[in-house]
Amino acid sequence: MKISAHRNHTHYWAFILHRVSGLLLAIFLPAHFYVLGLAIEGEAAMDGFIRWTDAPLVKGAEVILVILLAAHLTGGLRLMAVEFIGTRESSKTAVAVGAGISLVVGLAFLFNVV
Amino acid sequence: MSNSIKVSVWRGRETGEFQSFDVPRQPSQTVLDIVTFIQRNIDPTLSYRFACRVGMCGSCAMTVNGKPRWTCRTHVDKVVEDGEIQISPLRNLKVVKDLTCDMTEFFDKMNKAEGKFHPTKTRHDDFDVVLPDDPTRQLAAQGIECIGCAVCYSACDVVEWNKDYLGPAALNRAWTLVNDVRDGGNKERLTAISGDSGCHACHSQQGCVKHCPKNLSPTRSIAGLKRATMKAALKGEI
Amino acid sequence: MSNARVETKLWVWQRLSAAVLAVCVIVHLIVIVYAVQDGLSAAEIITRVSGNFLWLAFYSVFVIAIAVHAPIGIRTILKEMTSIGPGPTHMIMATFSLVILAMGFRAVIGLFNASVGG
Repeated sequence: MKISAHRNHTHYWAFILHRVSGLLLAIFLPAHFYVLGLAIEGEAAMDGFIRWTDAPLVKGAEVILVILLAAHLTGGLRLMAVEFIGTRESSKTAVAVGAGISLVVGLAFLFNVV
Repeated sequence: MSNSIKVSVWRGRETGEFQSFDVPRQPSQTVLDIVTFIQRNIDPTLSYRFACRVGMCGSCAMTVNGKPRWTCRTHVDKVVEDGEIQISPLRNLKVVKDLTCDMTEFFDKMNKAEGKFHPTKTRHDDFDVVLPDDPTRQLAAQGIECIGCAVCYSACDVVEWNKDYLGPAALNRAWTLVNDVRDGGNKERLTAISGDSGCHACHSQQGCVKHCPKNLSPTRSIAGLKRATMKAALKGEI
Repeated sequence: MSNARVETKLWVWQRLSAAVLAVCVIVHLIVIVYAVQDGLSAAEIITRVSGNFLWLAFYSVFVIAIAVHAPIGIRTILKEMTSIGPGPTHMIMATFSLVILAMGFRAVIGLFNASVGG
């Protein structure tokens, strides 16, 4: 995808990641609540669904979701830092640190879940 | 260094096409030099704007290889890609002809954002003393160097997505006035900059910061406006 | 309420709920990374949260914060990227908020009341 030259910079990508992760999380949430609500029907119903999530593709999607959640959190912290503390060149470092933390969290989840 | 550059220039209005010219390359050449060369030596029908040609007025702002810049302060060596340069009018503004755009909307939004001074004193009153190390004066000083060139307006994605968004320059100007102790228009101003298309629409993407030729930070000013409107709303002032 | 006031308040609520969610999400991420060790099962989840007032309170706060935060975020996306007008946008926001509250509390209370082997 050819991106216009004027958009190819750190904070633009941080914004895109923040928006996309927020949207995907918002779509995912009702499904998440539904699964947890299966507990009402009893442990067996919930366990049945959880067994389905053992499939590698599902596990992969879960890792991505965890990364998206961590990314949305760190992106939000970056945004609030800019809005309440002020912009400085160092906020580019904040973006990189945030991205790094998200990946670390995703990896921690991956290594524990596999 | 090859001795000519292939220059693609926008011709027309909103619809039109890129026209190609071959321009001899010179040392220390700027993009404005190129456009001027084309108009004077090849095609006198090319329309473009400039004035001071030394980086003070902001009239020569155009889109060069995708980025909004002052063409008089853009060395060809810095932007040429494989011996080619593409020049088009500033993004987000109506095109008058070729490389000139209609700045009306840009300045209208300065007005809409109450980016104008509301005096509180007459000639008979004593004037306000504003010391240089006064904190609010320093906040205003961070933004008053803006010359209204519209490069930030052209770089801003929210301006592109939200037709009514006041934009970085107008909001930056409003912030300098919010911090001006001599000004008495803050109630109207804070209301003006927090409607549908005000400061809250900014996502701090900082395209404005990246491209401002005077190294200003409209994002920082807009963040200040967000905090100011929050305080005003909590106090019931807006 | 004037437009200016509405926009400002929404901005404030978005940041407030974000601050609450920052804490909730960090706790939640730590819990799930820990919990998925050695596999996940319904029994394990239920054992951890069932009858536990602390988890009930925590997840209730979490659900309410999401019900505030997510619709405001969706509103921005709809305003900027679609041509859906303000009226329908508010309907979508309100509906989304109610869905989150309803399904969220169904899950939170359901897990609180659940028992292993049920």
